[in-house]
Amino acid sequence: MKILVCITNVPDTTAKISFIDGDTKFNKTGVQYICGPYDDYALSRAVELKEQHGGTVTVLNVGEAESEQVIRKCLAIGADDAIRVNTEPTDSYFVAEQIAHIASQENYDLILMGRESIDFNSGVVHGLVGEMLGIPSLSPVMKLEIDGGVAKMTREIEGGKEDVEASLPLVLGCQEPIAEWKIPNMRGIMSARTKPLKVVEPVGSGLTITEKYALPAPKGAVKMIPAEEAEKLIDLLKNEAKVL
Amino acid sequence: MVLTDSKSSIKGGEFLIKDIDASQIFIPEEFNEEQQMIAQTCVDFLRTEVHPKLDAIDYAKDTSLMVELLDKAGELGLLGTAIPEEYGGFGMNFNTSMLVTEACGGGHSFSVALSAHTGIGTLPILYYGTEEQKAKYLPKLATGEWKAAYCLTEPDSGSDANSGKTKAVLSEDGKHYIINGQKMWITNGGFADLFIVFAKIDNDKSLTAFIVEKSFGGITMNEEERKMGIKGSSTRQVFFNDCKVPVENQLYTREGGFKIAVNILNIGRIKLAAAVVGASKGVISTAVNYANERKQFGTSISSFGAIKHKIGDMIAKVFASESACYRAGQNIDDAIDTLLASGMESGQAKLKGVEQFAIECAMLKVHGSEVLDYVVDEGVQIYGGMGFSAEAPMDRAYRDSRINRIFEGTNEINRLLSVGTIVKRAMKGELNLMPAAMAVGKEILSIPDFGVVEEDGLFIPEKKAIKNMKKAILMIAGASLQKFMMKFEEEQEIIMNLADMLIETYVAESALLRVEKLIILRGEEACALEKDAALVYLHSAIDKLNSAGKVAITSFAEGDELRVMLMGLKRFTKIEPINLKDARRRLADAAIQKNGYIFI
Ligand SMILES: Cc1cc2nc3c(=O)[nH]c(=O)nc-3n(C[C@H](O)[C@H](O)[C@H](O)COP(=O)(O)OP(=O)(O)OC[C@H]3O[C@@H](n4cnc5c(N)ncnc54)[C@H](O)[C@@H]3O)c2cc1C
Ligand SMILES: Cc1cc2nc3c(=O)[nH]c(=O)nc-3n(C[C@H](O)[C@H](O)[C@H](O)COP(=O)(O)OP(=O)(O)OC[C@H]3O[C@@H](n4cnc5c(N)ncnc54)[C@H](O)[C@@H]3O)c2cc1C
Repeated sequence: MKILVCITNVPDTTAKISFIDGDTKFNKTGVQYICGPYDDYALSRAVELKEQHGGTVTVLNVGEAESEQVIRKCLAIGADDAIRVNTEPTDSYFVAEQIAHIASQENYDLILMGRESIDFNSGVVHGLVGEMLGIPSLSPVMKLEIDGGVAKMTREIEGGKEDVEASLPLVLGCQEPIAEWKIPNMRGIMSARTKPLKVVEPVGSGLTITEKYALPAPKGAVKMIPAEEAEKLIDLLKNEAKVL
Repeated sequence: MVLTDSKSSIKGGEFLIKDIDASQIFIPEEFNEEQQMIAQTCVDFLRTEVHPKLDAIDYAKDTSLMVELLDKAGELGLLGTAIPEEYGGFGMNFNTSMLVTEACGGGHSFSVALSAHTGIGTLPILYYGTEEQKAKYLPKLATGEWKAAYCLTEPDSGSDANSGKTKAVLSEDGKHYIINGQKMWITNGGFADLFIVFAKIDNDKSLTAFIVEKSFGGITMNEEERKMGIKGSSTRQVFFNDCKVPVENQLYTREGGFKIAVNILNIGRIKLAAAVVGASKGVISTAVNYANERKQFGTSISSFGAIKHKIGDMIAKVFASESACYRAGQNIDDAIDTLLASGMESGQAKLKGVEQFAIECAMLKVHGSEVLDYVVDEGVQIYGGMGFSAEAPMDRAYRDSRINRIFEGTNEINRLLSVGTIVKRAMKGELNLMPAAMAVGKEILSIPDFGVVEEDGLFIPEKKAIKNMKKAILMIAGASLQKFMMKFEEEQEIIMNLADMLIETYVAESALLRVEKLIILRGEEACALEKDAALVYLHSAIDKLNSAGKVAITSFAEGDELRVMLMGLKRFTKIEPINLKDARRRLADAAIQKNGYIFI
């Protein structure tokens, strides 16, 4: 089985967010980057499937050289090789185009992604890639078994779960508990530096130019209204918050 | 820019008489991506497997959980970092294994079990075993298939380790040693498959070491000890009753056991120092987080100056201790490389390399364990009443910290050792102290130079202050040695003072050199907080050196000599005052903003 796992290089969830150059650029200084947590699950499941069924796992990132530390960590976790499309990932469509282009050059049985990135959180790249390649895509997948060319999956839906079966190839957006979260072991870490990491140039160009970033307004103070004073609450909602 | 000089040729203890250039030291900011990834694996392992189970570990009915965790650590390869690849390990250099130890340091009882296995349990075989012994045991220890313990201490033989009564007698057929005796305080005793046991053959004066498999039989144990802290680490009394050990399981030479014990302890000490740095960083982060969350008088307690003082001070101390750890770690690696290049066998080279820095190992053990004790104490204080609650994390941190001043040689023993080794090396002519001490003796009788510093460069006044700290030590050590001669050893109080002075000097110098190197690498603006940490440390180190020095001088000098030496001490502890409150506040503010420890 050939699996392609698409990963993002994103600021750690505890990073302090600020902007520079007149709010047109994200301030990267002092920011620790990690592999997107959902992408991490996708990769972990890919490695588990490889252990069960044999095959290869290739990691793909659309990003600049600074992503390589995170890419090497994916290699340490158990991917066999990696591809980096050398460009700033400026929008979802552009990213999806790159992924589809790479994927179309090989016959991948599975293209696994996270359900969403944690920097821009659009949750659309898997759908776009599925469309571009003309194969089904599904998200968010929380359980995935492969049985003779058929994927048996459980997907989260509004208010419940859905069991789905589909034949390969597929594009999936993954989330926990699809796999056990993996910590790279010493052997993996030491072999990562010998695994191939191919850098390729992008096709096409991004459609989006960022004009300005802004932080969300800080949360205001909270007023606590005792349950027995519900009228007061209604009054505040009407006259102060003006939402009723 | 390549900043680390090819190989610095500094010898152990030589820091006292040599000026060291920043380019000669290694700083933790220089660890490469692969080393950082290894450290991250340790941190992730603690976060996901150990921290959620701290209560379960401490109050476990049996040792199965600890064994399971060690097995998992073994699967990740964390038990084999120091073991060469041919024996199933990863052959990491010394400083990388220090980094691993630091990253695993915040795991409370688990960290103790892990260090006992990988350190005192495994290293005697690695460094002193024959080819057959290494091939037989190391692969099992590297994966954790077998767990190890180390049996040196006995009820009547603790600090005086060579006084043990456990006996080994050759069997009639000459094939076995029959071991009889009682060992005490044996970490990992409850589940170990392999014991390194120290015993005396026949009527020998000195110890011999043996590799004893649990399966040899004749081994029984008392119940688990009930302890103040590290409650989840297995600690047993172990009895050997006619335990039959094949003669080929004698480790190293007959009566060579004490040497093994001493050398393995050197490594254990510096590793303990790394582990407590890791633990301290964790406690600081926990304390800062609480200080941010806890509100009194309508505001977070982290906004109070008294709390900021604590946070700033904790950070400065840990930063300094860490700087010294990796500086010494690299010195050890360099010494090992030099010995290897001269054709020495690898195990021997590693031992000799560490032995050269026995003074630093002992000093770092004392410093690190006392910093952690300071940090947990202030951690409890920041938590207020909740610090005293067994439901909050500071309770465990406080209790678990205390053991570090006791094992791997008590801090008194290590203080004696650091000064004693310097004196011994000076007597043997390995360390050229006497001329330096005599020069200082002359200097205090001459007119002081009023220190118009004309050189330019980084930290000129601070470097002068460090130089002066060294002079103060030389002055007091020289005079007291001259006074007591062969009876110097009996003046333990003075030795303790001198040890404190040495430690403060070495650590303050390490922090300063680290920042200097960082500034050269990154520019001054990017290192403002590191500079604050180093200066906060330096200034309090000078104060401590001053008070220890005063106590030492008044312990033996009288009349003119007393007056001259006190004047000398005053001269050697002079430094332009700076606003330390503001420096501590800047450190604290950064930590408050980050909600945790601020440096790497
Ligand atoms: C400097 C910079 C500037 C940017 N400017 C913009 C901007 O102006 N507008 C904008 O919309 N976005 C911008 N982005 C975000 C970037 O475009 C996102 O990475 C991209 O939009 C995908 O994020 P998403 O939220 O759409 O992904 P989602 O659809 O939420 O991601 C789903 C999955 O797709 C995969 N995936 C996503 N991105 C990548 C990738 N780069 N490489 C490999 N796999 C990937 C992952 O598996 C991920 O879990 C910028 C990013 C950077 C670094
Ligand atoms: C939890 C725990 C785990 C341990 N694990 C192990 C293990 O795995 N293997 C093992 O072999 N041992 C182990 N030990 C033993 C430990 O190394 C000893 O407790 C330690 O060396 C001190 O010895 P002692 O307890 O006999 O104290 P003592 O030697 O009786 O010391 C008592 C006090 O006297 C002081 N003192 C002693 N001699 C001198 C001197 N010459 N000058 C000045 N002061 C002196 C000491 O500093 C101390 O303050 C462990 C101990 C504990 C508590």
